[in-house]
Amino acid sequence: MSKQINVALIGNPNTGKTSVFNQLTGLNQKVGNYPGITVEKKEGICKLPRGVKAHILDLPGTYSLNTTSLDESVAVELLLNKNDKDHPDVAIVVSDVENLKRNLLLFTQIKDLKIPTILVINMADRMVRKGISIDIELLEQKLNSKIALVSTRKETGIDRLRNLIADYKNLPKSQNVDISVIAPDYFERLKEAFPKEDVYKLWLVITQDVNFMPLEKTLIKDTSSFTTKSKSELKRLQQKETILRYQFINGILKETYKIDANAAKGFRATLDKVLTHKVFGYLIFFLILLTIFQAIYGWSEYPMDLIDGFFASATEWVKDTLPPGVFTNLIAEGILAGIGGIVIFIPQIAFLFLFIALLEETGYMSRVVFLMDRIMRPFGLSGKSVVPLISGTACAIPAVMATRTIENWKERLITILVTPFTTCSARLPVYLIIIALVIPEGSFLGLSYKALTLMSLYLMGFGAAILSAVILNKILKIKSRSFFVVEMPNYKLPLIKNVAYTVLEKTKSFVFGAGKIILAISIVLWFLGSNGFSDEFKNAETIVAQRIKEKGFSANSEVYFENQQETLGNNLNKEAAVTQLKDLEERALSQEIASYKLEHSYMGYMGKAIEPIVRPLGYDWKIGIAVLTSFAAREVFVGTLATIYSVGNDEEETIKNRMAAEINPRTKRPLFNLASGISLLLFYAFAMQCMSTLAVVKRETNSWKWPAGQLVFMSLFAYIVALIAYQILK
Amino acid sequence: METTVADLKRGQKGIIKEFTQDLLPIKLLEMGCLPGNEVELVQVAPLKDPIYINVNGSHIAIRREMALHIALDIIEDNAVV
Repeated sequence: MSKQINVALIGNPNTGKTSVFNQLTGLNQKVGNYPGITVEKKEGICKLPRGVKAHILDLPGTYSLNTTSLDESVAVELLLNKNDKDHPDVAIVVSDVENLKRNLLLFTQIKDLKIPTILVINMADRMVRKGISIDIELLEQKLNSKIALVSTRKETGIDRLRNLIADYKNLPKSQNVDISVIAPDYFERLKEAFPKEDVYKLWLVITQDVNFMPLEKTLIKDTSSFTTKSKSELKRLQQKETILRYQFINGILKETYKIDANAAKGFRATLDKVLTHKVFGYLIFFLILLTIFQAIYGWSEYPMDLIDGFFASATEWVKDTLPPGVFTNLIAEGILAGIGGIVIFIPQIAFLFLFIALLEETGYMSRVVFLMDRIMRPFGLSGKSVVPLISGTACAIPAVMATRTIENWKERLITILVTPFTTCSARLPVYLIIIALVIPEGSFLGLSYKALTLMSLYLMGFGAAILSAVILNKILKIKSRSFFVVEMPNYKLPLIKNVAYTVLEKTKSFVFGAGKIILAISIVLWFLGSNGFSDEFKNAETIVAQRIKEKGFSANSEVYFENQQETLGNNLNKEAAVTQLKDLEERALSQEIASYKLEHSYMGYMGKAIEPIVRPLGYDWKIGIAVLTSFAAREVFVGTLATIYSVGNDEEETIKNRMAAEINPRTKRPLFNLASGISLLLFYAFAMQCMSTLAVVKRETNSWKWPAGQLVFMSLFAYIVALIAYQILK
Repeated sequence: METTVADLKRGQKGIIKEFTQDLLPIKLLEMGCLPGNEVELVQVAPLKDPIYINVNGSHIAIRREMALHIALDIIEDNAVV
């Protein structure tokens, strides 16, 4: 059996650490979460020379071992805890050739933990252009470490890195910096109190919670021979440590690292001047947003239609091929519909993450943060909240997933919680049909009332998001780092491989993470809609057939016939006309049965049970059912109404005509009037009517607490607003 | 009033003198923002916040409130007007 060694990849953000990881592991990687927290855990397997295999763990990017966030403390915990199953045999510090000085700060810290450490100097392909020359041999000697000069873009140096890992037993384990010189007395006493431990490790344990609450910590208590220092004293010592390390690094780099200042600038400065410009910067950002929006909204329409069509025909096929029965129905209407409801989101998710990966890879994202930070700050959001909020207008699911770029947990949580208020594309079918029904013709300043209504619904969505962000910012008591230091990395051409991995991985994590929950809920909804306990439900076929025999087709079906005849026109062939009529009658019968069944299913009884609750909003039990079923996804609203009114297919015109003809038995007025229509529009604008979003929020926050709160707050808010609107307008 | 990073104009450079607030985030120091190092102002966002600087080769954006605590001596006055 071959031995497997543990390797930890660690490095500053933007050093191409992920590219090195991808180069080492290829597709042998998986992404998960650290147990109990939302930090992403990336691991993979790499084959090394001489039959050795390495388990590679890609630790979250960090600038040093002085932890300031959950991500960083994960890295420190792993490096300190020898008993952790992932504790590395070798640490690889990835650095970037242009920022070597800053990257070495982290390197010296890891070196001082006496873990065998390899230094990777990445982006070697940029050296010539930037006028950089490094004396690698001398640098290896000064740092007493092995160095691999790598270019992930040109794919050079990876073989040397593999060899160095395989040979890890011969790597030197000496320390670079003697930290005790910053406070000799203090460290002397520390050594006396804990003679078995290494002082630098002790120091890291002591200072872990200075900037951040650690996950778990072996407490170092005051003893007679040793007293701990106050937080501000410790912080001052940390500053001294940083200065000490930089002195060491500067001394070494003076002899080994040369940069020709004239070659360095140029491209970056010019691009920055344009992209962060007070006018052009915003204009370009706006254009990029438009493109992203168009992609998610427009381009993904084609693959989504294909998927939709595929699942529709798959459902047909299952129904035609398998023997009729509960099991077939479960597969066709429960499971297939559920899987279809998951797969349909893949194009939108893939497109959004394609763009986000491109923006991140090129370094543009930091410029957006720079441009937007001041504008978003009063709302408790950050510059990084902008992209999720805007992409929420397409679909909240990829948008919530996109909040991962926000490091500050409070800002991220607020962004996750308010994003579903933005008007997503699933609301559009509902809006369109109701606006067409209840908003009168006419125009104001050249804009039709209908267009204005649609626009105000979008604006209200944003308004609700911003307003609730302000409120959440006030009430959420979450301790998180309050400072803002954002690195502005150099511009780079994106690596296609990295972009492809990101898109693949995000799509996978949606399908297998949130997908499970979506599938489960849609099976439950199917069960409730297609089962009932009453005799009416069980004998629906005979009852409906009897009724048609005695009283003829229902008014609903008569409307259906009329519409169909209109569309079919006058058919001259008599025989064909007869078969057509027969065909129509058959379809009308099955539609009436479906409608009757739904009315008497569990879902139907639930709809009637909630009628007292929705009546003040101007709805009847039928709309109640539609509201309930559209919890699966908002656009289901239209489909459910189609079933209830037994119009059969969801041709928009047919349903619209049916809805317009519906009379409220109590008021004797059209059921869909201005008051109830506006009330429905507002309800759909604010209510959390999307189980997929809830599933994703659960996944991203790792707790049911937040999606549950979201559901209650948003639905309550929607109810109250719809109630007020109906009562005023009625 | 002491000159700070917040007073720099675009293209101006200075040498960091000291921190007027005792406990600036350690992250800033890790980025190379240390006394004796050179700072150049690259760009300022509207409302003069955040501020985009190049310190010791690190390009970072910081908020104005933090920049006010980094005192410096201006060394090169080639501000872009």
